[in-house]
Amino acid sequence: MQYAHDPALILARFQFAFTVGVHIIFPAFSIGLAAYLAVLEGLWLRTGRPVFLDLYRYWIKVFSIVFGMGVVSGLVMSYEFGTNWSIFSKKAGPITGVLLSYEVMTAFFLEAGFLGVMLFGMNKVGRKLHFAATCCVSVGTLISMTWILSSNSWMQTPRGYTIDPATGRFMPADWLAIIFNPSFPFRLVHMGLAAFLSVAFIVGATGAWHMLKARKAGKISSEPVRVMFSMAMWMTAIVAPLQILAGDAHGLNTLRYQPVKIAAMEGDWVSEDHAPELLFGIPNMKTEHTDYAIRLPLAGSLILTHSLNGKVPGMKDFPRDQRPPSPVIFFSFRIMVALGMLMMLVGLWSLWLRRNSTLFTSPVFHRVALCMAPAGFLALLCGWITTEVGRQPWTVYGLLRTSDSVSPVALSSMAFSMTAFVVVYVLVFGSGMGILVRMLGRAPQEGEHDTPPDHATEILAARMHPGVIDPSTGKGA
Amino acid sequence: MMDFAYWLPIVWAVILVAAISIYVILDGFDLGIGMLFALERHPDRRDVMVNTIAPVWDGNETWMVLGGAVLYGVFPGAYATLLPAFYLPIVLMLLALIFRGVAFEFRVMTRGTGREGMWNVGFMAGSAIAAFCQGAILGGVVQGIKVVDGAFAGGPLDWLTPFSILCGLSVMCGYALLGATWLIWRTTGVLEESCRRWAARLAVGLFIGIVAVSFWTPLLHAPYLRRWTDWPNIAFVAPVPVLVVVLAVLFVMGLRRGHSKGPFLCALGWFFLCLSGLGITVWPYAVPPGLTLWDVSSPPSSQFFQLIGTAIMLPIILTYTIYSYHVFRGKVTETDGYH
Repeated sequence: MQYAHDPALILARFQFAFTVGVHIIFPAFSIGLAAYLAVLEGLWLRTGRPVFLDLYRYWIKVFSIVFGMGVVSGLVMSYEFGTNWSIFSKKAGPITGVLLSYEVMTAFFLEAGFLGVMLFGMNKVGRKLHFAATCCVSVGTLISMTWILSSNSWMQTPRGYTIDPATGRFMPADWLAIIFNPSFPFRLVHMGLAAFLSVAFIVGATGAWHMLKARKAGKISSEPVRVMFSMAMWMTAIVAPLQILAGDAHGLNTLRYQPVKIAAMEGDWVSEDHAPELLFGIPNMKTEHTDYAIRLPLAGSLILTHSLNGKVPGMKDFPRDQRPPSPVIFFSFRIMVALGMLMMLVGLWSLWLRRNSTLFTSPVFHRVALCMAPAGFLALLCGWITTEVGRQPWTVYGLLRTSDSVSPVALSSMAFSMTAFVVVYVLVFGSGMGILVRMLGRAPQEGEHDTPPDHATEILAARMHPGVIDPSTGKGA
Repeated sequence: MMDFAYWLPIVWAVILVAAISIYVILDGFDLGIGMLFALERHPDRRDVMVNTIAPVWDGNETWMVLGGAVLYGVFPGAYATLLPAFYLPIVLMLLALIFRGVAFEFRVMTRGTGREGMWNVGFMAGSAIAAFCQGAILGGVVQGIKVVDGAFAGGPLDWLTPFSILCGLSVMCGYALLGATWLIWRTTGVLEESCRRWAARLAVGLFIGIVAVSFWTPLLHAPYLRRWTDWPNIAFVAPVPVLVVVLAVLFVMGLRRGHSKGPFLCALGWFFLCLSGLGITVWPYAVPPGLTLWDVSSPPSSQFFQLIGTAIMLPIILTYTIYSYHVFRGKVTETDGYH
């Protein structure tokens, strides 16, 4: 790349990518899980079946951990625009900063404000108000996603601005055009579905694990385990195919507004009709050629333009200094698509098993579902790498270069903070993952609701002494 | 339009100061409780301390996110110069807040595994470092940063001076005082008694800090001195130090007579007065000593659009924040919740 000689810039980018990559997992987890909790509590209120309350209590503990990690890693993001990208912030702040403020005011406060009631308040406010609090938190996560994707999409497909000739700042001219910029609806749907799908696979894998464990012990798995597995598989069967359609639509949108990104994703150098699809290859930015390519004839045109003779762009159509690094996004894109296909197959398989009434008795399928636990999150990360690295070398697409966006921060400071971030993140979020895995390794308790009548006390107890007090017996472990 | 361009940054400055004040007040006692872990060793009482803030701390921290976002959207010039200038203390503060934030959950989730101790230390050290960094950054802003052509042009350790260290220590002391007085209000028994003892000592420390900072600040820049000493300014600003002393008297009385809310309210009052004092000192600069509010603000169209949203959302946010505190009101005891 043309700015490969600037180590401070590379560090600033790597640090931002690292912190945002860790962060994105938690909001996506919260979006999916909050919606799931709202559905569970709603079903409990409607049907009165205790199994839904059991599941609610099981997953709310996970939610409290995930949400906490999302808050602290997100706090970093709201300051990192300024610490790492001060020139970008100064020039684009009048637009992106305002969208971020709207996110904080309409979403973060809503989530954080009602989280306390959701976690500790059922006994204090009653069932209906408690359900309302759960819904507020869930809606908050969705509003938050909406604003942040609007802001991100504006950086990809900027609209509704003018540029102040004196300062080079982006001046808002039409807020509706800014918010509803051309790539926003596609990105929003794609990300929303990704969050639901990621959580569906986590829930499904948890259910599968406990069914396998029960089977090994020669027992029948408990009702909450079966219900959570079944719900997760319904979600997968419905959402995974939808996600592929949404991804396809997003791809067409990208082809229209960011053709060079598509060319780099596909490893195509020369623009052609009747284009093949590369199943594998290693794009070489220097020789302008994709080595070891395995081609599927005509598929490139068919996928990208929905016709066999559609014209597909090549990177040579664009100046060298406007091409994103193809080797990265060529692979991240392919991994994402492959995972997407796998997820859809799992969904279809689950439908088949359901039809034969063997959904809860097929150990092979349960093992597959267990292995697929990280599939949603991996695909989500690969998707973000594709779209963000594919935006390079720009921060605001076609208008402001990444190399012109970076803060005047000394290399030594950047290097120090990079090290500190990696050490702290590995320690903190690694421990967090460990705690989550241990938590999910414990089966949901049936009839937790029968022991003490005080919901708040119970959740607090579970939060306070998960390893020490077994809520169903009240005895120390 | 000219009027808009003049008034909007002033309105926003007031909103930003209000947001920072709310943050300091709310997260101040959170962080203070973390630091008081150093004094309170008993695990049950530590749990009570955490339980008093567990339902509300997420919301408290959100005010800080709002501060960052408002600075970014409304005063991007300040955001883009202050953050690189305070790069190291900001990164340190954020990392400290990460430790502290997850420690809420992790210290109980790892109970019985031997790693609980590590998260207790993380909670305590994270709170202390975050408090120190916030004070040092505040002090650093007041002492000013080197700006050339609207961009930060100084070195990575410019912020680290005896003045900023004094501010950092004062804020640590002040937050610990907020935490102790909050616990006097919200707890009973042994813990409440301990907090009354700690609060008395911390108040002395904070008072010394306030006096030292107050006498040092006007010496940093000539305009600061004039702001506080020239007639007729002095007539308007004189109530600030007078009120500080009045609150000190009320605080001592409240502590001696066993009031539960009084000491906390006095501590809040001190913070409010200190922030007002700093606001008066620095006005109308956003990035002393060179950039005013108007130099760093975004175009009026951005400020106006954001103001509409704020005017609608802020009252709603305050309403449900108060509601949430109302739900979890009352004394928290050791038998509450988790035994």
